[in-house]
Amino acid sequence: MRILALVKRVPAPGARINITADEQYVDDKNLGHAISPHEECGVEAAVQLIEQHGGEATVMSMGADVSEEQLRAAVSVGMAKMVLVPTDGTPKDPQETAAALTAAIQQLEAEEGAFDLIIFGNESADQGGFQVGIRIAHALGRPMVNGIKGLDVDGASDGHILANREIDSGVEVYELPMPACVGVKEGINLPRYPTMKGRLASKKAELATVEAAGEAGGQAQVKLLSPPEVVNETVILGNGPDAAPAIVDLLEELGVM
Amino acid sequence: MTALVVVEHDRGAVPDAMFEALTAARGFGMPVHAAVTGDGAAEAAGVLGAWGAEVVHHATGANIGDYSPEAWGQAMVGVVEATSPSIVLSAGTDRGNELMAQVAARMDLPFVANCVEVSADGSSMTRAQWGGALHESATLTADTKLLSFAPHSIEATEQAAAGTVAEVAVDVDAGLARTMIKDRVVLSEGITLATAPVVVSGGRAVGSEEAFAPLEELAGELGGKVGCSRAVTNNGWRPHSDQVGQTGTRIAPQIYIASGISGATQHWVGAMGSKNILAINTDPEANMVVKAGWAVIGDLHEVIPAITEEVRKRKG
Ligand SMILES: Cc1cc2nc3c(=O)[nH]c(=O)nc-3n(C[C@H](O)[C@H](O)[C@H](O)COP(=O)(O)OP(=O)(O)OC[C@H]3O[C@@H](n4cnc5c(N)ncnc54)[C@H](O)[C@@H]3O)c2cc1C
Ligand SMILES: Nc1ncnc2c1ncn2[C@@H]1O[C@H](COP(=O)(O)O)[C@@H](O)[C@H]1O
Repeated sequence: MRILALVKRVPAPGARINITADEQYVDDKNLGHAISPHEECGVEAAVQLIEQHGGEATVMSMGADVSEEQLRAAVSVGMAKMVLVPTDGTPKDPQETAAALTAAIQQLEAEEGAFDLIIFGNESADQGGFQVGIRIAHALGRPMVNGIKGLDVDGASDGHILANREIDSGVEVYELPMPACVGVKEGINLPRYPTMKGRLASKKAELATVEAAGEAGGQAQVKLLSPPEVVNETVILGNGPDAAPAIVDLLEELGVM
Repeated sequence: MTALVVVEHDRGAVPDAMFEALTAARGFGMPVHAAVTGDGAAEAAGVLGAWGAEVVHHATGANIGDYSPEAWGQAMVGVVEATSPSIVLSAGTDRGNELMAQVAARMDLPFVANCVEVSADGSSMTRAQWGGALHESATLTADTKLLSFAPHSIEATEQAAAGTVAEVAVDVDAGLARTMIKDRVVLSEGITLATAPVVVSGGRAVGSEEAFAPLEELAGELGGKVGCSRAVTNNGWRPHSDQVGQTGTRIAPQIYIASGISGATQHWVGAMGSKNILAINTDPEANMVVKAGWAVIGDLHEVIPAITEEVRKRKG
């Protein structure tokens, strides 16, 4: 199988998300960065499928040059190749992102052959547009289901893949003919930690660059703002186990006993 | 000029978030229409008039059945093309956002997901980023404006309208039925993390899989569920289905007991719908303690068993 996973570099904020003075970015000066969690699971899903069925997995990210850090992290857990679609780092709208990534995927497929499966995150952790994967799949003329919590090639008929999605009352099973696209959710698997060997491989791996761009779409970010703060006078019920009676008084008052 | 609500449903069952979207649609000051398709569409159509839908367009044709993102998305395109609404909106649920993105991709239109507030003409809005931990003020330029409303951002109110059902014949290519639901597996019913009246949660400080046993006991006594933070699922101590937060479950219990959890923004957005929050933490400055209505400063390994004991004592 040939699999492509699409990932995005995002800051990893803590107790509060601070915004830069120009109100355009999350202030990430003192923050670490990560792959969006759903996409981190997409990488793990790609690595597991390759382990089971053979083939090659590639990871792609569009963003500023620093995104190389997340691409190398993906290689350290088992992706074979990495591709950066470089930008100036300003936030792009979903149509522009999808157009650029579609062009980049088409270039890559023209050189190396089609991907049987393209794995997206259900939504990016920061912008959360819920659409880039669906737009790309449509542009490529491939089937796509979002919100996937399970993938199975063995259980499907030949040339298909089974994809599970959770709804309130249970699990829906979709069968998609490959080449196909899916958007996965955290919980589909437990991403592994890199091994020493993986870390070394990621240091040596070669970064490929594909230049691709799209036109700005109709949605534009004006500025970022903090949602209304929750202001709470916290009532301290006590210290340590001695607080138990006060806690249970509260539980009784709330009628949950 | 109409505002068209793309209605997602599961074999006729319409989620509450759709009623919020219908309520939001009435805010645009134009007639509200709705669109349904697929198995159970007639049943779904029947409830929409009560929420302000004057006309319900029922898209029918070959290759439309149980939920399918592509076939249903194409059917919705058919309704949009037949009725030329100026605003098309849905609920920011999994299916709602998915259908809107399908319509957007097929019509090459922008789509603004998870709005919390939209101007009367649909050209400017506040939307949720980071699962609601951050807001973005945005503009939308398009002849047909595609939007979804983040669940719980507005309160649904009923307003009776005719709800006249009109059939619209749509063309859905057989090739698009390829992402249909093939099978459904019913999970055991009962209370879930999302609906539990009490959630007893543990974070990194719990320390191990086994150390969740006292939390299970307390949750059991209170008829609640055990939840956790991402630090816990990352360590493999609990399944992801127990995770509260941006990439986990959004909970709304009568009381959320958060022990050994620092309260990172991505955890908070999953917990903030709780009616009451009790934080148990050794650090009085922890974000969870500061934001909670109630707190106990102390070691969760001592406090949790003490609560269970006290509950049992009072139950007699
Ligand atoms: C894009 C993105 C999405 C994310 N989504 C989620 C999500 O959905 N859900 C989620 O939970 N996280 C999510 N995270 C992770 C989040 O940022 C935090 O890393 C995580 O919530 C921290 O978990 P924690 O509070 O258990 O651990 P920590 O932050 O390490 O906190 C441990 C707490 O325990 C307290 N403590 C220590 N010892 C004791 C003791 N003996 N008794 C009582 N208290 C004690 C400490 O004072 C501290 O407050 C996400 C992160 C990113 C970047
Ligand atoms: N800049 C990007 N680089 C790579 N993949 C991306 C990028 N933006 C979005 N994606 C992919 O598209 C999915 C959906 O993104 P979104 O529409 O922003 O929610 C993400 O989970 C990623 O897999």
